[in-house]
Amino acid sequence: MMKTLLIASLALAFGQAHAAPIAMEDQSQLKVPPASKTPFFVPPSEKELPDNAYGKMIRDGYALFVDTKRLAPKYVGNGLNCSNCHIDQGRLAHSAPLWGAYPMYPAYRKKNDKVNTFAERLQGCFQFSMNGTPPAADSPEITALSVYAYWLASKAPIGVEPAGRGYPDVNPPAGGYDLKRGAEVFQAQCALCHGGNGEGQKVGADYVMPPLWGKDSYNWGAGMHRINTAASFIKYNMPLGKPGSLSDQQAWDVAAFVNSHERPQDPRLVDGSVEKTRVKFHANDGVNLYGQTVGGVLIGQGTGK
Amino acid sequence: MIPLNRVLMSSLLLFSLPSAHAAEGQKVFSQGGQNPAAMACMSCHGPDGLGMAAAGFPRLAGLSAGYLSKQLADFRSGSRKNPIMEPLAKALSDDEVSAVTAWLAAMPAPAAPDLHRQQMASDPTQALALYGDWSRQIPGCVQCHGPGGSGVGEHFPPLAHQPAAYLVAQLNAWRDGSRSNDPNQMMAGVAKAMSEDEVKAVAAYFANGATQGGK
Ligand code: HEC
Ligand code: HEC
Ligand code: HEC
Ligand code: HEC
Repeated sequence: MMKTLLIASLALAFGQAHAAPIAMEDQSQLKVPPASKTPFFVPPSEKELPDNAYGKMIRDGYALFVDTKRLAPKYVGNGLNCSNCHIDQGRLAHSAPLWGAYPMYPAYRKKNDKVNTFAERLQGCFQFSMNGTPPAADSPEITALSVYAYWLASKAPIGVEPAGRGYPDVNPPAGGYDLKRGAEVFQAQCALCHGGNGEGQKVGADYVMPPLWGKDSYNWGAGMHRINTAASFIKYNMPLGKPGSLSDQQAWDVAAFVNSHERPQDPRLVDGSVEKTRVKFHANDGVNLYGQTVGGVLIGQGTGK
Repeated sequence: MIPLNRVLMSSLLLFSLPSAHAAEGQKVFSQGGQNPAAMACMSCHGPDGLGMAAAGFPRLAGLSAGYLSKQLADFRSGSRKNPIMEPLAKALSDDEVSAVTAWLAAMPAPAAPDLHRQQMASDPTQALALYGDWSRQIPGCVQCHGPGGSGVGEHFPPLAHQPAAYLVAQLNAWRDGSRSNDPNQMMAGVAKAMSEDEVKAVAAYFANGATQGGK
C-alpha cells in the first residue's frame, strides 16, 4: 500500500519511474528577511559545549560541516565543504547560518504541496551543492550535522524566522547584468584567491580556496547556480573579509560570469536532454543560464565525471 | 662553520634547477650580487635560508618565487619600507632577482604542522587564527595562509616557521602604514582590526608551530 503510494508519487514527481530517488527535489529559493533587518541572534560559543555525549556529537557535526570533503568522501562528489558557502562555521548572519535554518523546519512548500524535513534539506545540499550522494536521513552524518545545527540554534524560538537567515536578496540592476563586466570584476577582485580560471587553490589534497566552476564545483541543480542567489551570497560574503564592498551591479555581473561556466550536470537530468531539464527544472527557478545559448555555446552540458 | 658547508653542499646536490640559473641564484644567496651593495642573503637570512629568530630576520627558504620577487619589487618601489632591504633590493639586477628567488623557492624548509580544518579552537588566540572574528570582519588567518600557516600558492606566504618577532613587525608595519604592498588591502584591514595583544599572541601561535596559543 505504502510502497505503491511512494512509487506513484515518485513517478509523478519525475515523470518517469526509473529516476534515481532524490530526497529534495530542488533547492528552490528561500524567501528570507531583507538585509535591512539587523540580525540579533547570538549562537552559543565553543566554551559552552557540554562535556558529554551531546557535546561529542556536536563536535562530530561541526567537524563534518567544516571538513566535509575529507571526512565524508563517500557523500561528496566535488571539492567543497559545507562551510565554504555557510561562512564562519555556519554562524555568520546573511550567510545562510544554521541557527537561522534549524528552527524553520519542517517546512511546508506550497509550490509542490510538500513538507520538507531538516534532514531532507541537508540531503539536498549533499545532492546539489556537494554534487554527491546524500547520506540516509537516519545516518550518523545527518544526525551529527542536525545536532550541530540544533545546538547553534539553542534558545532560538521555533518557527519564527530570525533576521540574518539565508542570503538576503540583492535587487536586480535596472540594466540587467553583463558578462564582460563580470569578467573584469572577477579578475580584479576574485582571481587572486579563486584562480584565474576559477579552479581554486589547494594545499596538499584539499582546497583552501574553493573552485567556482569546473568538475569540483557545485552542480547545475544547486541553489548557487542561480545568478540571483550567487549575487546575494557574493554581495554579503565576498571578497572574503570585505563583505558588502561590491555594488549590487558588480555582484550581479560577477555572479553571472561565474555561473556562465560549466559545472557538473544537474543530477535530475531528464532523458539525457538539457532542453527537457531546462523546461522542467530551470525555467521557473530564479535567474539562471542553464540550457541557454551564450556566444553560440549551449550552457548546461556538464563537466562529465 | 662546518655545518654551514654541509648545508650548502647538500642543498647543491638536492636542487635540480637549470644549472646556470641555479648557479647564479646560489651565488647571489651565498656571496651576494655583482653590485657590492647587494650583500649575500645568507648572512642575514641564515645559511639554510630559515631566518634568524633572535634578530627577527625572516625565513626565505620555500617561499614562492612569485611572492619573493614581488617583495623585492615592493622594496624597490617603496610600497614596503625597510632601511636594510630597500637599498639591497635596488642593488640587485632583474636577472639576479629571478635567479635568487627561484633558488630560494626550491630550498628545503620544514613542513607546516599537518593540521586540518576541523579542529575546534580551545582559546581566543587559536580562535582568531582558525576562524577570525567576523564581528570585526577578520577572516581566520588560515583561510588565506593555509592550514597551520603553510602558505597557499604564489600570493599567500607561509606564517609557519617565521620568527615571532618578524611576524609582529609585519603586522605592526601594516598598522602604521609602512607596509602597504598587500593586494587589494587584504592584510591592512586585518592588521588594523587586531589589538596589540592579539598581534603578539597570534605571531607566537604561528611561530610555535600552531600548537598552542602564545601568551
Ligand atoms: C555551493 C554552496 C553551498 C554548499 C557547499 C553548501 N550549501 Fe547549504 N545552501 C546553499 C544555498 C545556495 C542554499 C539556499 C539558500 C537560498 O535559497 O536562499 C543553502 C541552504 C542550506 C540550508 C537551509 C537554510 C535555511 O535557512 O533554510 C541548510 C541547512 C544547508 N544549506 C546546509 C548545508 C550543509 C549541511 C552543507 C554541506 C553538506 C551545505 N549546506 C553545503 C549553498 C551551499
Ligand atoms: C581573499 C581570498 C578571496 C577572495 C578575494 C574572494 N574569495 Fe570567494 N572564497 C574564498 C574562500 C576562502 C571561500 C571559502 C570560505 C570558507 O570556507 O570559509 C570562498 C567562497 C566563495 C564561494 C562559495 C564557495 C564556492 O566555491 O562556490 C563563492 C561563490 C565565492 N567565494 C565567490 C567569490 C567571488 C565572486 C569573489 C570576487 C568578487 C571572491 N569569491 C573573492 C576566498 C576568497
Ligand atoms: C643585512 C641583512 C640582510 C641581508 C644581507 C639581506 N636581507 Fe633580506 N631582509 C632583511 C630584513 C631585516 C628583512 C625584514 C624586512 C622587514 O622587516 O620588512 C628582510 C626581508 C626580506 C624579504 C621579505 C621576506 C618576506 O617574507 O616578506 C625578502 C624577499 C628578502 N629579504 C630577500 C633578500 C635577498 C634575496 C637577499 C640577498 C640578495 C637579502 N634579502 C639579504 C635583512 C637582510
Ligand atoms: C584575506 C586574506 C588574508 C587573511 C585573512 C590574512 N592574511 Fe596575512 N597576508 C595576506 C596576503 C595576500 C599577504 C601577502 C602580502 C604581500 O603580497 O605583500 C599576507 C602577508 C602576511 C604577513 C607577512 C608575511 C611575510 O612573510 O612578510 C603576515 C605576518 C600575515 N599576513 C599575518 C596574518 C595573520 C596573523 C592573519 C590572521 C589574523 C592574516 N595574516 C590573515 C592575506 C591574508
